[in-house]
Amino acid sequence: MLAVYKREFKAFFTNMIGFIFIAFLLLITGIYSTAYNFSGYYPNFEFSLNNVSFIFAFVVPLLTMRVMAEDKRQNTDQLLFTSPVSVGKIIIGKYLAMVTILLITVAALCVYPLILSMYGSVNFGSAYGAIVGFFFLGAALIAIGMFLSSLTESQLIAAVVTLGVLLALYLMSYLATLISPTAFASFAAFTVVVIIVAALLFLMTKNIIPSVILFAVCEAVLAILYFMKPALLEGRFRGFLEQLALFDRYQVFVSNGIFDLTTIVYYLTIVVLFLFFCVQAIEKRRWS
Amino acid sequence: MIEVRNLVKRYGPHTAVDHLSFTVEQGQIYGFLGPNGAGKSTTMNIMTGYLAATEGQVLIDGCDIFEDPEAAKRNIGYLPELPPLYLDMFVEEYLLFVADLKGIEKSRRKQYVDEVLELTHITHVRQRLIRNLSKGYRQRVGLAQAVLGYPKVIILDEPTVGLDPKQIIEIRDVVKSLGKKHTVILSSHILSEISSVCDHVMIIAKGKLVASDTPENLSHTLAAANRLNLTIRGTQEQAEKALTGLPGLLAMDWKGSSESGAVDVELRSGKESDIRDDVFRALSKADLPILGMASGQMSLEDVFLELTGEKAAQAVLPEEGEEVDA
Repeated sequence: MLAVYKREFKAFFTNMIGFIFIAFLLLITGIYSTAYNFSGYYPNFEFSLNNVSFIFAFVVPLLTMRVMAEDKRQNTDQLLFTSPVSVGKIIIGKYLAMVTILLITVAALCVYPLILSMYGSVNFGSAYGAIVGFFFLGAALIAIGMFLSSLTESQLIAAVVTLGVLLALYLMSYLATLISPTAFASFAAFTVVVIIVAALLFLMTKNIIPSVILFAVCEAVLAILYFMKPALLEGRFRGFLEQLALFDRYQVFVSNGIFDLTTIVYYLTIVVLFLFFCVQAIEKRRWS
Repeated sequence: MIEVRNLVKRYGPHTAVDHLSFTVEQGQIYGFLGPNGAGKSTTMNIMTGYLAATEGQVLIDGCDIFEDPEAAKRNIGYLPELPPLYLDMFVEEYLLFVADLKGIEKSRRKQYVDEVLELTHITHVRQRLIRNLSKGYRQRVGLAQAVLGYPKVIILDEPTVGLDPKQIIEIRDVVKSLGKKHTVILSSHILSEISSVCDHVMIIAKGKLVASDTPENLSHTLAAANRLNLTIRGTQEQAEKALTGLPGLLAMDWKGSSESGAVDVELRSGKESDIRDDVFRALSKADLPILGMASGQMSLEDVFLELTGEKAAQAVLPEEGEEVDA
């Protein structure tokens, strides 16, 4: 695991991507901080961070696009997966290398509240709490990007898909408001989701029976709910989408100024879930 | 050392490896021989744990590659068809990384790397970027990577493809020297390579093992008949008349005349009978001088073509017919 970690970490600096990631993130944070804190006289660094968080949608794909895809393209996955190191450890090693790059960036951000404190009073608790939240937000997004990279051998496709998914997540709370909160709208939207999941299951297993069973069971539950207790479905799909709004969760740190452990746990869950998916994607490739 | 039992690998409806079973003994060089697409690389990828099998079992030194992959993989060094190199690393840096990956203790890594660099004759490029190396050198770095740490089993998938003749000979010498201490399995579709390097040949066609023996035994036991090539001074009619009725003679194949006043003929006899004495007496009785006599043996090439061509096609064709019907 350590071997993979060290190699990946080094690679980020031999192919410049690590530098570009760090530089870009610091540049945008610097611009926002100048505008809000230094020109705008706000002592709250967390406001800048909140506005900067969208930049993850652009820099995370840069970091994650090659991490799995490149190995597949240049056959080094044959070296990794025939070595006496388990797939899980290889994935974790690669993931931690990317998180370390993020950590370097975040460590640099820690200087801002100190500089601000020279010109006025700064609430260090909420500022550093927001920085920690910012790190975990980034860590969760990197896990998603890594999973998407494991699905393809083209870095370009990995980057574009990750960008699309992260932008969708960023806009998720806005997208959620577009869905009507009526019970029927929720019923219809959940049906679409069930169809997509069943279709994906069929495409992955090439076996029609489990996907049909899954579809039938989920639809039966939905139909029962819709006809018996429509009140339970009202606004549920909107709520479901809002649960997926990773970026909006981060605002708790900023607007309320509290260090929200549930959000940290939420981000960590995303990390574990997508690393698990990533391992499964690799295992699936071995079996097909 | 290695036991492969009933290995099956299917890609959808296509069967790449079809109930393959064999055993590999320690300290020998094994050759996997087969035409392109015969399932050599797939078998190797399964044996090294890169791919999972649809059915069957692979035991490496007693460890199941599917049940206990980490212990099994510790005993294997693998050079896939395309060497798995990180182009953005230096040769030495890459090999140190592989040593780390293989779990070699830190104190011995440097020494092991030096040894494999020496073995594969790449010590002078150790500080070069892999991206800037030629194909032959990349192949050797790949070989060095497989040998690193001296695993009990070294598996090489077409190690000499795309190399120039001098490099091929060098790689073969390395493989031969490895065979003294390690169990080596290498695949190839080049016959001369297998017959010059390997102690044991396994011929694979359409995912099935069609033959497994030493190169000498293969060409001997599979030869259906002894062949005798003669050049006789005289005409075809005279020679035919003299030779007809010779005990043990099965067929005469007249090849025309390569020398004026002489004819060439290939005689075939039963596997166990030696007709050379009788041929000499018969022809000398008819006063037909023998200008040349050479006994021909079935070459490994003929064996290979026979096994992978006609026979294998016969074995597989009915199945394909069934598929069409279904």
